[in-house]
Amino acid sequence: MKKLRGRIFLDRVFFFTIVALSTITIAPLFLILFHIIKNGISAINWDFFFSLPKPTGEEGGGIANAIVGSAIIVGIATLLLVPLGVFTGVYLSENRETKLSNVVRTLTEILQSTPSIVMGIIGYIWLVRTMGTFSALAGGIALGIMMLPIIVRTTEEVLNLIPEDMKEASYALGVPYHRTILKVVLPAGFNGITSGILLGISRIAGETAPLLFTSFGNQFMNLNILKPMSAIPLVIFVYSSSPYPDWWRMAWGASFILVIFVLILNILGRLLGTRWKTRF
Amino acid sequence: MENKILRIENLNAYYGDNHVLKNINMEIYEKKITAVMGPSGCGKTTFIRCINRLHELTPNAKVEGKIFLRGKNIYEMHPVVVRQKIGMVFQRPNPFPTMSIYDNVIAGYKLNGIKLTREERDKIVKESLEKVGLWDEVKNFLFKRGTFLSGGQQQRLCIARAVAMNPEILLLDEPTSALDPIATRRIEELIVKLKETVTILLVTHNIAQAGRVSDYTAFFYMGEIIEFGTTEKMFTVPENKKTEEYLTGKFG
Amino acid sequence: MMESHSLSNNHKRSLKDNVERGERFFRAFLLSLGVFMILLVSSVLLTLVLNSLPSIKEFGLSFFTGATWNPVNGKFGALPFLMGTLLTSILSLLISVPFSLSISILISDYIKGGLLSSILQIFTELIAGIPSVVIGLWGLFVLVPLVRKLETKIGITPYGVGIFTASIILAIMIIPYSASIGREVLSLVPKEIKEGGFSLGATKFEVIKNISLPYAKSGILAGFLLSFGRAFGETMAVTMVIGNSNKIPKSIFMPGNTMASVIANEFAEATTKLYISSLIEMALLLFLVSTVINIFGRYVIKRLSNEETEGKNLS
Repeated sequence: MKKLRGRIFLDRVFFFTIVALSTITIAPLFLILFHIIKNGISAINWDFFFSLPKPTGEEGGGIANAIVGSAIIVGIATLLLVPLGVFTGVYLSENRETKLSNVVRTLTEILQSTPSIVMGIIGYIWLVRTMGTFSALAGGIALGIMMLPIIVRTTEEVLNLIPEDMKEASYALGVPYHRTILKVVLPAGFNGITSGILLGISRIAGETAPLLFTSFGNQFMNLNILKPMSAIPLVIFVYSSSPYPDWWRMAWGASFILVIFVLILNILGRLLGTRWKTRF
Repeated sequence: MENKILRIENLNAYYGDNHVLKNINMEIYEKKITAVMGPSGCGKTTFIRCINRLHELTPNAKVEGKIFLRGKNIYEMHPVVVRQKIGMVFQRPNPFPTMSIYDNVIAGYKLNGIKLTREERDKIVKESLEKVGLWDEVKNFLFKRGTFLSGGQQQRLCIARAVAMNPEILLLDEPTSALDPIATRRIEELIVKLKETVTILLVTHNIAQAGRVSDYTAFFYMGEIIEFGTTEKMFTVPENKKTEEYLTGKFG
Repeated sequence: MMESHSLSNNHKRSLKDNVERGERFFRAFLLSLGVFMILLVSSVLLTLVLNSLPSIKEFGLSFFTGATWNPVNGKFGALPFLMGTLLTSILSLLISVPFSLSISILISDYIKGGLLSSILQIFTELIAGIPSVVIGLWGLFVLVPLVRKLETKIGITPYGVGIFTASIILAIMIIPYSASIGREVLSLVPKEIKEGGFSLGATKFEVIKNISLPYAKSGILAGFLLSFGRAFGETMAVTMVIGNSNKIPKSIFMPGNTMASVIANEFAEATTKLYISSLIEMALLLFLVSTVINIFGRYVIKRLSNEETEGKNLS
């Protein structure tokens, strides 16, 4: 009986330990969100969105240039790399067992596991050095390459789910291969593919390291993609390591809107997706 | 005089709102084989899972009533103690894949933290495997994983694992339904041999098997116990019309 | 009559040719995309290798044993950063293990599905969606002061920043990875063998410890491997709280640098060819290690899920 009591006690202790540790595991999420909201909200005002940064040390100003910059850079990444990624996904889905496609799949995984700072260096060597200047274009391409594996994988998975009979029904009507893919298969996978795109954008919108040596940042508003451009993550990084409390406040504000944007895209992407699956 | 080892009193079982067992009252005789029969969904598996208190592990499952093992209500004992006294063999053989054959047989002791000497362990393993007729077949590779054995051998391993604990009652949940006819025969012979040392409750959907092997039979239908009696009597002159219809294959 | 008939035949034939040409073109297009991906990734590797050559030629293997990083006189030893990376990655993995295991076990063995388990899953994984720079910001302004208080209490120099702080931030960031994989593999443990354990009289803890965890062992380890790989290459959050010191840290409460963070800090200012090349050589190492860890980890997990579907057939 004593032995049994010991085992039952251990069983209880184990359960409570598991619950306690699990609670601690989830706590940081709420702590982080709490601080972002608490510190970020106070920075949000009309100026924040629409003014440019004031000269160093002066109070006030905003991050309009960073907001526009992020939009442009992410836009470049999306426009250039999404079509590439989707059709590469089509390629993989249409060629499931060939040696070449397996190589491509492995390489896509390698690309996905590449640290973001490495991508920044690649962007620098390929684009900044050759162009002789930091630029939003370089940043967009570096970010785009990071997004590519996510788009490719999601598209492939979504298209793999589409039953063969849909394609065969199309062939039976005399529709050729390329039209079947473009007009039947892709539209059928539209929701899933869009979900992948949203998740991809949400992932790269918050990336900083690839931009450090590509788009570099810019104090002023710049719409020229061949010149350095600011971006929200860059602003957060630079402002947080500065000695000015006013800039810290704006870093929190920038984090606030960035997190809201990223989380909304993330949730939308998951809702649209066929299953609840996290893309790492 | 035949002893009654188990008395089931007003047993009701639920899965959520689904009333699966309705007011079961029954007694089980010691060291006899009692077959529990009935068409799919009649509650026979739920019934034996209540006896070793496995039923309550399912989410949304509920049990009411009393089950007396030699006069003590098992629902007043700790489930762990109940399960040490009442063993179970499942429909599909489920040897622990991460353990060797040897470790599988004494798994009950290991899991319960019961300390044994090397000699004690070896003795239990050998005796249990001999009881189920596996000893000669596996004695040379006791330390290999059990999963490479055939289905019939795996099931006998699971029976050895259960009898190693010296339970008072052994619950068998359709133990041969996943096996071929030859393996089935061997296990039926084994079950008959085992009743010398342990009371057996055998759930089966195979009417012929129940007829071959059991001393008593309980017939369940739609969660109720319709008839209970000696196998000989039930199979020749059943009292209840439903029983007769089931036995003659009119349904189920 | 005859003429118009043959005309329509010609018309039909050229339509068919066009269609076939279109199909062939499209298939070739798709194939070229596959080739493009191969070229892309190979170019990444090639670029890293080529640009590391000056540093490799100059320092050879002593690059990774050299303890002095001196841009001024051109002596580049990466040992402080290699140590920083290893210390933070290993420490963060160790910190994350009990938490990630706990939430995996809680969701798969105690709560087992339903709304609560989905909610917990989402909460665990949502952290992976928060940008690294934001977590770094939080670490800098919330965690660092806390660590500073702790250091004052123990009586050591209250840097606040350092290896320890970076490891905690990393642990928070990598838990979702191993937790999600751990949860998946634990939920693959067949119900039958768990019930086999219960039927022998084992308590829930004993079933988890002796049956579920051994069964899911390789998957869980693969999850930890993937977490480690993630920690290895993480840049921004670490850069913001590690203190950015180029000396080998004498204790985990001192500032340091990882390979990723020193690149982030110094690459834009690197002037000489050797300086840049040394930084890129570290980037190459980051790339290679991340690749190996991830490929190996995913391979193990893939093999496990294949075994699951095959192993369900009994003889």
